[in-house]
Amino acid sequence: MHELGIAFHIADSVVKIAEENGAKKVHKVSLEVGEVSTIIPDYLIDVWNWNCKRVPLLNGCELEVETIHAITFCDNCKQTYDTVPQGKICPHCGSDRTWLQTGNEVNIKDITIE
Amino acid sequence: MDPYRVIEVKQSIFEDNNQDAERLRQQMKEEKTFLINLMSSPGSGKTTMLTQLIPRLKDELKIGIMEADIDSDVDAETISHQGVKVIQLHTGGMCHLDADMTRQGVMELGTKELDLVILENVGNLVCPAEFDTGAAMNMMILSVPEGHDKPLKYPLVFTVCDTLIINKIDVLPYFDFDMDKVTEFARRRNPDIRIFPICAKTGEGMDELAAYLKERAQNLK
Repeated sequence: MHELGIAFHIADSVVKIAEENGAKKVHKVSLEVGEVSTIIPDYLIDVWNWNCKRVPLLNGCELEVETIHAITFCDNCKQTYDTVPQGKICPHCGSDRTWLQTGNEVNIKDITIE
Repeated sequence: MDPYRVIEVKQSIFEDNNQDAERLRQQMKEEKTFLINLMSSPGSGKTTMLTQLIPRLKDELKIGIMEADIDSDVDAETISHQGVKVIQLHTGGMCHLDADMTRQGVMELGTKELDLVILENVGNLVCPAEFDTGAAMNMMILSVPEGHDKPLKYPLVFTVCDTLIINKIDVLPYFDFDMDKVTEFARRRNPDIRIFPICAKTGEGMDELAAYLKERAQNLK
């Protein structure tokens, strides 16, 4: 259960930020999750909701997941392409010297507190 | 006044862990202790490989082993017969160790006098790769029965590891495992990856691996 560890890490960071800002309660956490970050949003939301019941500051806190599109950059022909259908090999020139530009993120974007 | 406030955070959820990992790496460097994070699937032979590695290194390096598992102490029990310092860490249901858990393990083990510490991570090719433990080196085992396509299926772990051990080469004749293909697939993820084919059961290939790890550990001094 890979999402469980991720949910604990998000919860720890959110509680820290909320306490620093004198929050009584956290209502919503917005997350940016890359398309190829290996996180399944549905699973993450499930374990998040379970974990929120154990943390008073996060009781009933909604987790909103925004997907970030995965784009790969080709070092050989200097063009970019969509990662998901294509993978590691550049569709323009066939090179495998390609690097993921976006799509691997797991960021806390913002939190809504009271 | 609106009782709700939105706080812009824009922070990777791995950031706290990465900072913990960097601190631990620095601490281990100052103590001149070489920390290896060993990852693999369950049953690939991490513990068996260690029982071959330890006798080859323990006269020259003071070794400590941290066994991480969700539960049980069977691995720590096996390693304890090797005459090195060993502790068992329980992750309590979590599928990986993070840098803070590793730091607690390091404190519990007491690493000041040690030259080499090997962290045997939870058997899993997904989550351990995502969390930097603070180790100076990431090493993984892929065993022949698992198949040569694993670098394609679990790219991240092959990207973060600089050393790949191919274990159970004694059963190569019985499996469709292609050594050239696994090399090609692994290098796609990490062009500089070092590959050591071994058999932890018979000890084949272990001398080369032991010599390499000894050199890496001593280079830290």
